[in-house]
Amino acid sequence: MGMIIQGATGDWEVVIGLEVHAQVTSNAKLFSGSATEYGAEQNTQVSFVDAAMPGMLPVINEMAVRQAVRTGLGLKAQINKFSVFDRKNYFYADLPQGYQISQYLQPIVGEGTLTIDLKDGETKEIGITRLHLEQDAGKSIHDQHPSMTLVDLNRSGVALMEIVSEPDIRSPEEAAAYVKKLRSILRYLGTCDGNMEEGSMRADVNVSVRRPGDEFGTRCEMKNINSVRFIQQAIIFEANRQVDILEAGGEIDQETRLYDSVKGETRSMRSKEEAHDYRYFPDPDLLPLEFDDAFVEEIKADLPELPDEKKDRFVGDLGITPYDAGVLVAEKEVADYFEAVAKGRDAKISANWVIGELFGNLNRTGKSLAESPVSADELGKLVDLIKDGTISNRIAKEVFEEMFDSGKAAADIVKEKGLEQVSDTGAIEQAIDDVMAANMDKVEEYRGGKDKLLGFFMGQVMKATGGKANPGVVNKILKPKLDG
Amino acid sequence: MSLDKATVAKVANLARIRVEEEKLDPLAAELNAILGWVEQLGEVDTENVKPMTSVAEMQLRWRQDEITDGGYQEQVVANAPSKDEGFFAVPKVIE
Amino acid sequence: MTDLTRLTIADARDGLKAGTFSARELAAAHITAMDAARGLNAFITETPEKAVEAATASDEKLAKGEGGVMEGIPVAVKDLFCTKGVLTTAASHILDGFKPEYESTVTTNLWNAGAVMLGKVNLDEFAMGSSNETSYYGNVVNPWRRSEDDQPLVPGGSSGGSASAVASFSAMGATGTDTGGSIRQPAAFAGIVGMKPTYGRCSRWGVVAFASSLDQPGPMTRSVRDAAIMLEAMAGFDPKDSTSVDMVVPNFEAALTGDIRGMKIGIPKEYRLDGISSEISDLWDKGAAMLKEAGAEIVEISLPHTKYALPAYYIIAPAEASSNLARYDGVRYGLRVEGEDLADMYSRTRGEGFGEEVQRRLLIGTYALSAGYYDAYYLKAQKVRTRISDDFKEAFKTVDAILTPTAPSPAFAFGEKGDDPLAMYLNDVFTVPASLAGLPGISIPAGLSENGLPLGLQLLGRPFDEETVIRTAGVLEDAAGFDATPTDWWRG
Repeated sequence: MGMIIQGATGDWEVVIGLEVHAQVTSNAKLFSGSATEYGAEQNTQVSFVDAAMPGMLPVINEMAVRQAVRTGLGLKAQINKFSVFDRKNYFYADLPQGYQISQYLQPIVGEGTLTIDLKDGETKEIGITRLHLEQDAGKSIHDQHPSMTLVDLNRSGVALMEIVSEPDIRSPEEAAAYVKKLRSILRYLGTCDGNMEEGSMRADVNVSVRRPGDEFGTRCEMKNINSVRFIQQAIIFEANRQVDILEAGGEIDQETRLYDSVKGETRSMRSKEEAHDYRYFPDPDLLPLEFDDAFVEEIKADLPELPDEKKDRFVGDLGITPYDAGVLVAEKEVADYFEAVAKGRDAKISANWVIGELFGNLNRTGKSLAESPVSADELGKLVDLIKDGTISNRIAKEVFEEMFDSGKAAADIVKEKGLEQVSDTGAIEQAIDDVMAANMDKVEEYRGGKDKLLGFFMGQVMKATGGKANPGVVNKILKPKLDG
Repeated sequence: MSLDKATVAKVANLARIRVEEEKLDPLAAELNAILGWVEQLGEVDTENVKPMTSVAEMQLRWRQDEITDGGYQEQVVANAPSKDEGFFAVPKVIE
Repeated sequence: MTDLTRLTIADARDGLKAGTFSARELAAAHITAMDAARGLNAFITETPEKAVEAATASDEKLAKGEGGVMEGIPVAVKDLFCTKGVLTTAASHILDGFKPEYESTVTTNLWNAGAVMLGKVNLDEFAMGSSNETSYYGNVVNPWRRSEDDQPLVPGGSSGGSASAVASFSAMGATGTDTGGSIRQPAAFAGIVGMKPTYGRCSRWGVVAFASSLDQPGPMTRSVRDAAIMLEAMAGFDPKDSTSVDMVVPNFEAALTGDIRGMKIGIPKEYRLDGISSEISDLWDKGAAMLKEAGAEIVEISLPHTKYALPAYYIIAPAEASSNLARYDGVRYGLRVEGEDLADMYSRTRGEGFGEEVQRRLLIGTYALSAGYYDAYYLKAQKVRTRISDDFKEAFKTVDAILTPTAPSPAFAFGEKGDDPLAMYLNDVFTVPASLAGLPGISIPAGLSENGLPLGLQLLGRPFDEETVIRTAGVLEDAAGFDATPTDWWRG
């Protein structure tokens, strides 16, 4: 559902487009041989090319091209075998060349689509306008020196993919779903680590409002937002701001606005804007970027199964609900974990254990999947113990807690604590007889027609056996005995 | 197309070149003379002509994704007019 | 002992090999000459200690019978090439104090071939000019004077310091860079040989950029053979330059066979401009006659878009420059003029750091790329460029080389062109078309003007066919027998 703002003069629909900047996973930078790793000491991952020393020239990194094509294929997009690098000219302290090498009129990837997953298992197609390669800028640090801004060029020249969506997004929730899905696909492809805290993924958010069904309104752009939550907050604030202006009879100025996550508001950056004119032209230090079909085919042959396909398979082949499948495929690590658990086992039970107990315990302890004390293999063995009747489902939960806290194997815990389920009919009969003898009044009531007392007897028998009795066997013996 | 004083000022600002007020007019005249002379390019038929992209008929070469450069902070900032602990330093920017 | 500075590179090479003199002696003679010629202001930075050091190393190699093709040969380097630890200025205030931490590929190649650096030579600021009057480090003076007066003359530009150093026997050769004629025109003005190879033949890595799609380093020497030797040392594929061409560097000297029989030489009719002086057109005719005499066939050809080369060039080069020179912002190297804030610091630094001509071109270039004008100016000029290039392609279907004058006039006096930038731009009318097409070209001195100044003829060839250009130039050089030298008045 789109977001509708009810104004005094009627309804307003929110229209959103996103430009996501995703750092390409590569060893070296887009046009130089210096490293891209995050967190290095200032200006240590900088070559003379990245610092734009006089006479330095760019040479393109093959991996950046590969990753862009790979991502394009993952977005089911048009791959352009001929594309052009342009210079985008502007001055800023952390832009050493005085221009950013980017792709303007002829990007490496054209139109594609992304399917986002909404509540209740619904999906929506969001159009991808294009994907292009460009250089990242350096970093200005404003708060480390009383009178100066300090510039670190470690990030200068790192390869970015700018992925531009069509203005198909209609609510903050859809925007969040879009970013999450895009992130998921990039991580499946291995083309971007999607780490928003480290700035590997940032979004420029374009927001406008209109009367439902009308032409698009004038948009404002909020740059460089680096969390899904902030993206949603920025959209809500900005859409309401625009509605307020329009309802008061004003007009929206097309401009770039800064989202202030501390104050939770957007504000004009016009002072910095002053007549942007990027003077794009083809970079004369480079030639057009060209490759053949074989190059694309080679990359295509190597594509992994992506979340949408995986989800379809989980639902279709494994019988998992669309909701659970969506949860399992969102992160490749989770999907891989789940598939390892489910291999040769009941997929539904496996899914329940991963989503229920495992996620619950990870959440409780603040651990990531990679840090899980329970490996997929061990969880699988636990499932086996349930399946072969060694332990009951209830006991299994106890065992899992113990596994999670101690890192011990399921079988060891079961053995140590003697938790094996009792399926021995003799022992169970004895327990039933004891329970019935001790509760003759209830037996009479049952026999008098009070059927629901069956549950009571079940509970008592289980209690008497310390929870280890096989509930199926109990049920089978208990009922005929009660019925007399 | 003719440049006026205001346009020259705007272009100078885009190019981040400080031009004294009294120089704007003479500069506009010079630039107009050059641009006026360039107008003759309009006589050339360039219908269906592609802009020149490269002299040699060659393809863009790609480098391998290997770390072959960097790791010399001292040399990177050696020529900086102002620096601080391996950073370049510029007048404080207020965002 | 003969004056070692008067030798050609080829002669000096032979003398060094034979042990007739040492590299140190050769360097010392040139250091003395360089000192004596200070009045010409050819050098921005002299590096005599480096020269002696390198010459000593050369002597050791030569003694062992080793050494490269330029072992022990003293050369000057245009101050547009970055040289590690040696001030590199581009003749601009904005690069104040800049000492690169790296060495350009071309100079690296030269040092690997054994050449000895005497110093860094003057040029028009950022190579923008045709008279060497725009240098922050002052005008360079042409060693040549008119027969009738002592008025100082321009050496041409932008490689004016290179031309002046070689013509004054201060260096045996010099590197130049040619964007629209910056090697060939000063070579013609100073009575020496200047060669612009095919775009992509010499690496641009480490050369301060003016206009990336046009800039090309090349040699400036006193003979065609020397140019061949030096070009071979400078040239070569460089993986650090995406526009460098991966081709084997031929033995250019071996191209000097002296045999051009059966070759077809084109004379483009569009180069017969109105107002061209009779001495220039006479020389051109004479040159054609000499080549015919040597067995070549002279063919009139048409290069219909010649007229549009200059205006196209004066959009393309400034547009590229406006972007290439954006990096000079006072942040990482060179001049910084403090201001109220970052933007003000930029504007003041660039306002004070760039000279008038550079500013003019940056403004033109910025305008030509700006919103609403890109199609009309830059895109149009690049399309015209394609047509100019196609003209040459068509011509080279029938001819092997093209002969033209190098410049429309001999060297002129300082200030003689007045304040009109357009009058100055016309100096490049014969050299710019080949630059736009990326073709190899050479200028050789072929005669004297009525007032005793050298005049040059230009030969152009097919892309990467420097050998034909060199072979033809060698024949023309022999036939013209140009042996005039300027009187060494500057030694005072």
